[in-house]
Amino acid sequence: MEILLQLTVSGIALGMIYAVIAFGYQLTFATSETLNFGQGEALMLGALTGLSLVGHMGYWVMIPLVMIFGLAQGVVVERLGVAPAMKTKSEFGWIMATIALGIIFKNTAENIWGKDDLKFPSPLSELPLKFLGVNVLPMEILVVIGAIVMMLAVELFSRKSIYGKAVVATSNDRDAAGLMGINTGMVITFSYALSSLTAAFAGVLVAPLTLTGATMGTVLGLKAFSVAIIGGLNSGMGVIVGGLILGIAETTTGFYISTGYKDVPGLVLLLLVLAIKPAGLFGRAAIKKV
Amino acid sequence: MKIRSRTIIAAMVALATCAAVSAFAADPIKIGLSGPFTGGSSPMGVSMRDGVKLAAEEINAKGGVLGRQIQLIERDDQADNTRGIQVTQELINKEKVVAGIGFINSGVSLAAQRFYQEAKIPVMNNVATATIITQQFKAPEFPDSYVFRTSANDTLQTTMMVDVAVTQRKFTKVAILADSTNYGQLGREDLEKALAKKGLKAVAVEKYNIKDVDMTAQLLKAKQAGAQVVMTYGIGPELAQIANGMEKLGWKVPLVGSWTLSMANFIDNAGKNGDGAVMPQTFIQDGNTPKRKAFIAAYQKAYKVDRIASPVSAAQGYDSMYILAAAIKQAGTTDGPKVREALENLKDKYEGVVKTFDHPYTHDDHEAIKLSDVMLGMVQGGHVVHAK
Repeated sequence: MEILLQLTVSGIALGMIYAVIAFGYQLTFATSETLNFGQGEALMLGALTGLSLVGHMGYWVMIPLVMIFGLAQGVVVERLGVAPAMKTKSEFGWIMATIALGIIFKNTAENIWGKDDLKFPSPLSELPLKFLGVNVLPMEILVVIGAIVMMLAVELFSRKSIYGKAVVATSNDRDAAGLMGINTGMVITFSYALSSLTAAFAGVLVAPLTLTGATMGTVLGLKAFSVAIIGGLNSGMGVIVGGLILGIAETTTGFYISTGYKDVPGLVLLLLVLAIKPAGLFGRAAIKKV
Repeated sequence: MKIRSRTIIAAMVALATCAAVSAFAADPIKIGLSGPFTGGSSPMGVSMRDGVKLAAEEINAKGGVLGRQIQLIERDDQADNTRGIQVTQELINKEKVVAGIGFINSGVSLAAQRFYQEAKIPVMNNVATATIITQQFKAPEFPDSYVFRTSANDTLQTTMMVDVAVTQRKFTKVAILADSTNYGQLGREDLEKALAKKGLKAVAVEKYNIKDVDMTAQLLKAKQAGAQVVMTYGIGPELAQIANGMEKLGWKVPLVGSWTLSMANFIDNAGKNGDGAVMPQTFIQDGNTPKRKAFIAAYQKAYKVDRIASPVSAAQGYDSMYILAAAIKQAGTTDGPKVREALENLKDKYEGVVKTFDHPYTHDDHEAIKLSDVMLGMVQGGHVVHAK
């Protein structure tokens, strides 16, 4: 029982890492039905920028600066990669463009920070806490709290502020929002900025647990993408549940079946979801009225 | 007109020949240098490269070999098998190298070194450790093998690891954690064989992927099986995740692993959780002989570092360059088969940093490092020291 509990707790921590990254995919999908395939790289850039800053000012002061950096990075991605494709109504242009930008970011990071994995100093104690015979790192708890706070903050922003309402309006019906005087192009740029901001924040949040390096985003970005698909690209609840499912599936399969197969159940689930409920477990199926 | 054009052609041919001959005399000796200079294996790749370069510079400063300078053609194989094949072919076919040096990752070596074998060009594996590397081109199918090695192979390493864990420390319950690459899985096989020789079977054999960030499942299985020691086969970053994962689970058993536990990216990322990890080493950054002291000082000065990222790779790289140069000198030519013969019967003793190489190779034994050359290293306070 203790074992199962420990596996579940570790799975939750792992799943929340995936969920915070997956959350970024949703933000841009909602407004423009496009995704930033360089989301993993946005995370990596945030983490590495954080690593450079953290020595000068400490962990907590560094976070807002990294978020500003993420904001700017998202604008760059949207302006260079997505906006031109949207303008020409190219259906797939943004896919290649965001992948290409991701690769460029990775290569740039390799030149600036080197190619090795670096240690990110943990702001909290690295000694595990014990609950009911289960060990948890303080940093893992921070990831879970940080992820939930971030998602709540974004949700609150969408519901309460006028800018947030513009975002919601655009995601509901871009053309109607445009007719109501909302600058939808601006809203889309903003959604990318917000998406990269969450990624950069996620980067500094998970970096003390994972290692930090130019290649850290690739695998995490991919796993987060399957989480977004499993949970549904338009459901905030979906990414959390999707992340938890994938995280717990990985740790428990590893223990009860074989560590050689630990990635399989998550991918099988992904295939099942795509076959049975393509909009995701919590996604609303889009009804296209013609 | 006809005669004139013929004379011109003849003159041109003569000129071209002259140019070729004179170019040949001054031509540098081109040697291919490949390894992973990027990614998780880069501490090994870069240290190896820098060790080789240091040796080549020293040799060139003393007038080179056969009156010619050594020119290293560097290529990054990114620890990727396909990429390794590409750069090896490029080195052989386009750059026309006369010998190869490098190979860090066993998988890359096994995929790519056959091009050296086919071209009859000797290749010095100076870091890759899979046992089968030097067995890949064995008689009778291949009369001569062009593959040489200056690193401690997995059979030696696993023998030593088992010796430490089972014979010296008297552990009977052993867990193996190996990554899913060729390196990890071939090493795991050797480890299981070495354990079997002592009549033991690992209580848990677990696998993980490169870039995995959570080792809970693997470690819990080892813990549940009652393991008293964890034996590892992987590279730095994930080894650090293992050490950190053990700390997280509050489960402290000794870590005995292959030589990669000495990598800087393990030591840095594991921090104090890595202290006490032991591993076989052919070289430790500790100037206990004048030769070693001089090597370490020269390396530190040339590359402006205090701690060598992977001292073993640097030392083995340095020695491999000197051994190859000695063989070319003895052969009196850069012709592949002749250099191979010279390597197999090297007359001059070479006092290297790893050890003194006295007839390091024979026709049937291409391993320069023997069990007695391997020592035990231990991680302590951010450095690898001699284990007591």
